[in-house]
Amino acid sequence: MTAGILLLGTSGCNAQVMLFDPGGPVSRLESHLMIWTFVLTAVIVIPVIGLLWYIVRRFRDVPGNDAPYKPDWSESTSLEVVWWAIPIVIVGILSVVTAKDTFALTRPPEKLSTKPVTIQVTSLNWKWLFQYPGQKVATVNYCYIPTNQAVQFVLTSDAPMNSFWVPRLGGQEYTMPGMAMRLWLQADKPDVYFGSGANFTGHGFAHMRFHVVAVPRAQFDNWVKQVKSSSPPLTELGLTELRKPGLTGQLTYSSYPPNSFTKMIMKDGGMYMAHDRGILDTTTF
Amino acid sequence: MLRGDVQPTPFFVTGDPMILASDVLIALTLVGIVAALTYFKKWKWLWREWLTTVDHKKIGIMYLIAALLMMFRGGVDAELMRTQLALPNGRLLQPEHYDQIFTTHGTVMILFMAMPFIFAMMNIAVPLQIGARDVAFPYLNAISFWMFFFGAMLLNLSFVIGGSPDAGWVSYPPLSETPFSPGPGENFYLLALQTSGIGSIATGINFLVTIFKMRAPGMTLMRMPLFVWSIIGTSVLIIFAFPALTVALALILFDRLMGAHFFTILQGGVPMMYINLFWIWGHPEVYIVILPAFGIFSEVVSTFSKKRTFGYSSMVASIMAISVISYLVWAHHFFTMGAGPGVNAFFAIASMCVGIPTGVKVFNWLFTMYQGRIRLTTAMMWAIGFIPNFAIGGATGIMLAAAPADYQYHNSYFLIAHFHQVLIGGVVYGMLAGMYYWWPKMFGFILDDRLGKAAFWLFNIGFYVCFLPQYQLGFMGMTRRIYTYPAGMGWTTLNLISTIGAYIMGIGFVFIVLDVLYSAWRGERDVTGDPWDARTLEWSLPSPAPHYNFAKIPVITARDAWWVAKQENHGKLNEPDEPIAPIHMPKNSGVPFLFALAFFVGGFGLVWEWYWLAALGLAGVLLCLVTRSWDYNTDYYVPVEEIEHTEMALRRSPT
Repeated sequence: MTAGILLLGTSGCNAQVMLFDPGGPVSRLESHLMIWTFVLTAVIVIPVIGLLWYIVRRFRDVPGNDAPYKPDWSESTSLEVVWWAIPIVIVGILSVVTAKDTFALTRPPEKLSTKPVTIQVTSLNWKWLFQYPGQKVATVNYCYIPTNQAVQFVLTSDAPMNSFWVPRLGGQEYTMPGMAMRLWLQADKPDVYFGSGANFTGHGFAHMRFHVVAVPRAQFDNWVKQVKSSSPPLTELGLTELRKPGLTGQLTYSSYPPNSFTKMIMKDGGMYMAHDRGILDTTTF
Repeated sequence: MLRGDVQPTPFFVTGDPMILASDVLIALTLVGIVAALTYFKKWKWLWREWLTTVDHKKIGIMYLIAALLMMFRGGVDAELMRTQLALPNGRLLQPEHYDQIFTTHGTVMILFMAMPFIFAMMNIAVPLQIGARDVAFPYLNAISFWMFFFGAMLLNLSFVIGGSPDAGWVSYPPLSETPFSPGPGENFYLLALQTSGIGSIATGINFLVTIFKMRAPGMTLMRMPLFVWSIIGTSVLIIFAFPALTVALALILFDRLMGAHFFTILQGGVPMMYINLFWIWGHPEVYIVILPAFGIFSEVVSTFSKKRTFGYSSMVASIMAISVISYLVWAHHFFTMGAGPGVNAFFAIASMCVGIPTGVKVFNWLFTMYQGRIRLTTAMMWAIGFIPNFAIGGATGIMLAAAPADYQYHNSYFLIAHFHQVLIGGVVYGMLAGMYYWWPKMFGFILDDRLGKAAFWLFNIGFYVCFLPQYQLGFMGMTRRIYTYPAGMGWTTLNLISTIGAYIMGIGFVFIVLDVLYSAWRGERDVTGDPWDARTLEWSLPSPAPHYNFAKIPVITARDAWWVAKQENHGKLNEPDEPIAPIHMPKNSGVPFLFALAFFVGGFGLVWEWYWLAALGLAGVLLCLVTRSWDYNTDYYVPVEEIEHTEMALRRSPT
């Protein structure tokens, strides 16, 4: 069975196995940790199953079985020390790796040379709204990012809490009403990355998929220019429409009502959580 | 359908043809049961022997029946979900219906299948294993059962009346708050869990007191069977964990019924607080249901290896260590909700630490079998099948505990596969092992081994076929709780395989039912009281045990007292050298049934916000409390002649 998992888990050259096909430094670090934990736990699992197989075959209660039978042998300090020690050592190693990676992921994946692109993400019932405070454009159910530089996603929800997940770029983070939370992601190569809501929010939840389109920086700037010249603005009225429960396709807006992201957070309880405002300040890049 | 308009809630749910068909079937079943009871004149028997009983053995049997029925209910939910997901763009279920089904599947399986199943095993075995005549508070024990029963009925009623809850079994606000979940479904969930939760807390207290105060003379703590130790762990966890759930559910109920704002989006509600409270209960809950399974495996492995449990002290230490660590890991259910790296690292490491005592237990089970003599009975098959399951499930648990990896696994099918592997492979396998093991003690006949093994192999193979593909689906980015998925994601084949596995497991369950029916009809009768050549006290009694359990309470001098008695004393326990004395026993009472019924009525009133009905229910609760408080006629003595007569009839010397 373990061999089966190994086979399933590492046949990841197929592009569909997103978690083992990292498209950036964040997901790469996470996939390395996955492989580490897998190998270190397999060190116990495989011998245990082998031992079980051997013991059940060897010590069956059948006539003529000449295997030793010691009905009262039930203590062995040395043996017990061994199997208290093995899991302690393995958990010890894993703890160090895990703690190191946990701290690393709170920082941008690479040293910032320029101001990072910030995207404010709001989960609605049942769609994703992306606002670019630096570029002043907005999109629904897809977003553009520049490649080879860290992108700062700032997440919130104006509906039940969802979770923002782009598997090939990195692990997810919840979107919660009244809070703003940061997630750093970065794409190595131009590609269209699959993203989806990961936390159940009601009837339309299954359709909350989106695309993250990564393009070189110059092309990204071109895209912004094009959006600004050709797309309609997102008005207060349009925002109210978007917030009504329902599904929409991909939408593009050349502007949005100023500070609508912050206002939404404040309205949903952000005014009671002063400590979150730090993130909102950084979004005025 | 996805416009989010609020439809007026009909009282009877009739819209869906499948629900309509179930309505009709449920009505027919009820009519059939009533007709059968009337025709065979069994109403009085039902009331006197079962509804009013305070005998732990009968209460255990009722828990067992309820657990198997609920396993069927939750299993049908599972089969419907798997059928819907077998192929992309499934059309069997609408999202409303699918959401209800995964919500009730989780709720039923954890709270109304796993919990009563462990309570069944506790009730049947603990008093017999420690040499007691009943639990410490038999009347309270009956209350616990009926609170569970009526709580379960309240949740199941929502299926046909008012509509089922559909915010997931975790019921996270703000989704579970009125703006997003209008209608009575969510209220059913809250009140059903509250009702049965009261029973669970009482059971925890009851068994802790029973084990600490009711042991036979000489049964020191370190001579107790490991199953009893596991119930100490479970009882302590219940007592500390369940109140957190009670508070969390009560606060949502205030929000929904009275316009409070504990967890709402607006007016400063903090949904996150609910999630903390829920998992402060929710994680220990996992150990509440797994520890008794560990206890059962220890009993079964030792008995069917004809060998003492290896490393008894380590096993006890592990149970206690797991009980403590289980309180320090709850935040691993929400690594992805914005906690700082220090918090996440702490909870990640604490979660991995659970693997240490668990790993030790696995090695000790292996070495209990090593140099033993292994008999592959059905109970032993479930125990052996458990070990690879738990090794893999434990490993994937450690993979999930690594917080940065969990950012990827969270809410994906990898997580689904993991917790089914530990909850089915651990808890369900454990409970089925216990059921096959103690069945003769409960009913006086042995479950057929061939049918039992067929059930085991179908279920075990079906399990791997169903859940190994789900690990891979997680790697491929498939999230939980989606009612459908598009073609072209590469998920189709694996989903189809998984569904086939679920069907095989379903057939396995049918074989268990067939086994029970066949064995009741033609199964081997247990005339010795010790069909497995076992080791602990319950097997010194006839099967089924007389209602007072022990005519004389034995004096215990060693661990595995019955085994020692068979080896050294020709199968006679040390009994005090005195004549039989009258036995003090509790009287049956109809009050627990009526008490819980009053909770049910009141709960149903609150579900619909019919406050007059809620008040009526509350009045009924108070009336029952008052009645019992002034009832001094609650116990009696079994006369010596009756004991001697019973013991003679069971062919045991009464001297």
